Amino acid sequence: MDTQVIIDSFPDLLDGLWLTVEITAYALMIGFCLAVAVAMMRVSRNIAVRAPVIAYIFFFRGTPLLVQIFLIYYGSGQFRAELTEIGLWHLFREPYFCALLTLVLNTGAYSAEIFRGAIQAVPHGEVEAARACGMSGWLLYRRIILPKALRLALPAYSNEVIQLFQSTSLISIITLMDLTGVARTIVARTFDVYEIYITAGLLYLVVTYGVLWIFRIVEHRLSGHLREHEDPVAAVRAALRARA
Amino acid sequence: MFDLKGYGWMLWQGLAMTLTVGLCALFLAIVMGLLGAWGKLTPNRTANLAASTYTTVIRGIPELLLLLIIFYGTPTLVQGIATRMGYDIRIDFDAFTSGVMTLGFIYGAFATEVFRGAFLAVPKGQVEAAYACGMSRGLAFRRVMLPQIWRFALPGLGNVWMVLIKATALVSVIQLDDLMRMSFIAMGVTKLPFTFFFVAALMYLGITAVSMIGQQRIEAWANRGVRRA
Repeated sequence: MDTQVIIDSFPDLLDGLWLTVEITAYALMIGFCLAVAVAMMRVSRNIAVRAPVIAYIFFFRGTPLLVQIFLIYYGSGQFRAELTEIGLWHLFREPYFCALLTLVLNTGAYSAEIFRGAIQAVPHGEVEAARACGMSGWLLYRRIILPKALRLALPAYSNEVIQLFQSTSLISIITLMDLTGVARTIVARTFDVYEIYITAGLLYLVVTYGVLWIFRIVEHRLSGHLREHEDPVAAVRAALRARA
Repeated sequence: MFDLKGYGWMLWQGLAMTLTVGLCALFLAIVMGLLGAWGKLTPNRTANLAASTYTTVIRGIPELLLLLIIFYGTPTLVQGIATRMGYDIRIDFDAFTSGVMTLGFIYGAFATEVFRGAFLAVPKGQVEAAYACGMSRGLAFRRVMLPQIWRFALPGLGNVWMVLIKATALVSVIQLDDLMRMSFIAMGVTKLPFTFFFVAALMYLGITAVSMIGQQRIEAWANRGVRRA
């Protein structure tokens, strides 16, 4: 083990980690909106709305992320003339844009499937009650179904966030300098395979478990109404203290 | 449907390699998973610690990075140890061995959780009854536990397989001629990137679809003796 090389390359690795976190955050934000819309279309009773969405989800969940990245990054080159014509070629030429687009579409499909399950798990009585109160369409979704469904989806969604964070390592293959990309470049220069890769691995590990920890806190906060008296004795004591 | 300019055979060859890597890795993952589940459930503290470190570390690090660590790192490590012991050897793993080892090792961690759940799902009374009938631990495991573990583990293992077969695309990074790399080579010659990657994507979709049907069949077969509510 050569600790000096770790210390020397640590700032570069942190820069890489920043790109990893940044692209994960963007992909999550856009992907989340996409997934909610797709999930709502997925549960539609109209087959014309449902069918294209089912095909989209099946394609992105059934193929490797690497194929999707190549399909968009290299594949767009085959339509260069058409893309230039509509003025989109300068976007598809950028690896960053292609990576982000792929990650958004990918997480959109996986999260949509999670949200679909959650939407269908919203108790029917609550939806009926909302309808009886005169809510329908978007209002029903916004006030009743989505808040409940998102809370139900949180544990599964936290897994998807972790999955996405880790799969961003693939964007290093299309020349982006994320944490894995930086690590590969340094290793190619110094041949310190272990020192660099293990440091990079530890950085991933720390962020992964940090994110999981945050999710656990959020989950705990959001499910307060589901927990019965956690510790009855403490609750009584607190109540007595409040009276005294 | 697609004009592959006579490079279709390369994709079929790549598909065969993808399936070979996937199946070998699945076998290794099942072995690692059974070992890991044993490690998590046994009263032995050291085994507990080893098994939970294994799953924690593997699940926190991206597959690509692990692949690079194992492919480039393991020969260096083995040689380093050999040199310290006074031997001078050169070891290079070929891409196939590294790919299978890495994928098996990674998905072994996921299989560990699957098997752990399955072990716990076998009613304790049955194992106690088996001991009471005079079966040794090994015999009780083989006759009473294992047949039921398979049944409980099948849905989870099916998921592991689906994720694993998609992860095999990564071995193209270490120059193994799987479906991804073959498409990449064909793309280089024909300059038709979209066509080739789309056909490759359809092949992966085909594997997924066939696996889903296969999983249903196997589950139906494994559950044939179970009364349904």
